[in-house]
Amino acid sequence: MLTFLALTSVALLGIVPEQSQAIAIYTGWERHALVGSDIRLSCSFFSWRWTSEDVTFSWTYRPDGSRDSISIFHYTGGAAYVDNKGPFRDRLEFVGNPGRRDGSILLKNLELNDNGTFTCDAKNPPDIVGRPSSVRLLVFEKVPIQAGVITGAIIGVVLGLLVLIVVIYYLMRFLVARRVFSLSVSKHGKKKKEGSQQRQIKV
Amino acid sequence: MLLLLLGIIFLHLAALVLLFVSTIVSVWTTGESTTSDLWINCTTSGCIPASTGEWIQSVQAVMILSIIFSCLSLFLFFCQLFTLQKGGRFFLTGTFQILASLFVMSGAIIYTVMSPEWVPEGNSFGYSYILAWVAFPLALISGLIYVILRKRE
Repeated sequence: MLTFLALTSVALLGIVPEQSQAIAIYTGWERHALVGSDIRLSCSFFSWRWTSEDVTFSWTYRPDGSRDSISIFHYTGGAAYVDNKGPFRDRLEFVGNPGRRDGSILLKNLELNDNGTFTCDAKNPPDIVGRPSSVRLLVFEKVPIQAGVITGAIIGVVLGLLVLIVVIYYLMRFLVARRVFSLSVSKHGKKKKEGSQQRQIKV
Repeated sequence: MLLLLLGIIFLHLAALVLLFVSTIVSVWTTGESTTSDLWINCTTSGCIPASTGEWIQSVQAVMILSIIFSCLSLFLFFCQLFTLQKGGRFFLTGTFQILASLFVMSGAIIYTVMSPEWVPEGNSFGYSYILAWVAFPLALISGLIYVILRKRE
């Protein structure tokens, strides 16, 4: 979508500007995932220039609580180089489309140690001045419960039961009051007579 | 008679106030410089919302339910005071108050058994927790008195 907008705006302007504006890189802000699942970290960029053949994408990873970042992915010269020594060896796959300015990667089989910040840096020569963008990955063992959900559920169930009991109690009283009238006579014949008498009296 | 009535109401209100304080003030656990549970955890540097595990949420729910039931019981007491016939017993009032005391008991028990999961070692129980345990027998006795009490003119 972004690529389409970018290309349309450049086409509308007609002329590619002489000075290159900064390249703008977009990733997510934060991503949540469960242990053992796969996640796609997307990275795309906006540039005033046409996508060159020498476009490069690179991803670096900085674990939570660490100051060093390591490089885990690099795409250049039409070939993708994935991590084969670091923490993501055999778990990283390139699923982007550089022609469409998409440099997304797929992380498979997430572990709890994968919590950290992933930074994507894209360069579209001669448009190389830009700020890399980072996405934070949070890996959970199980889906955390929101505060107040269980509280509200327990309170609701108990109060609902209370209301139900009160309603049933009054319903039973009402029904028994009606039935008391027709139970006071014998079961078969007089019931109908009493019923018709009642209806006459009510009218 | 008036004295008995006032005494019963005073007992009920005492249990209710203890329940309110125990639920609202967030000091079920205290450490050297931290107080935590039921709603927020505070240290000297600031307060954050309490953990959102299932057990702490169930304790919150049960404490709130005990307050609701105790208030309902008080309201029902005044209703039954004026509508009950002579010699009648305050069953409904007593039932609600006993239910409230059972809720406090289960809340305190759940917290006692389950809090080691999220409370670090070295922290002790705070005064809100103790008030919950005190409120339980007060509410129970109050409820039993209601059940035994007979209305006289």
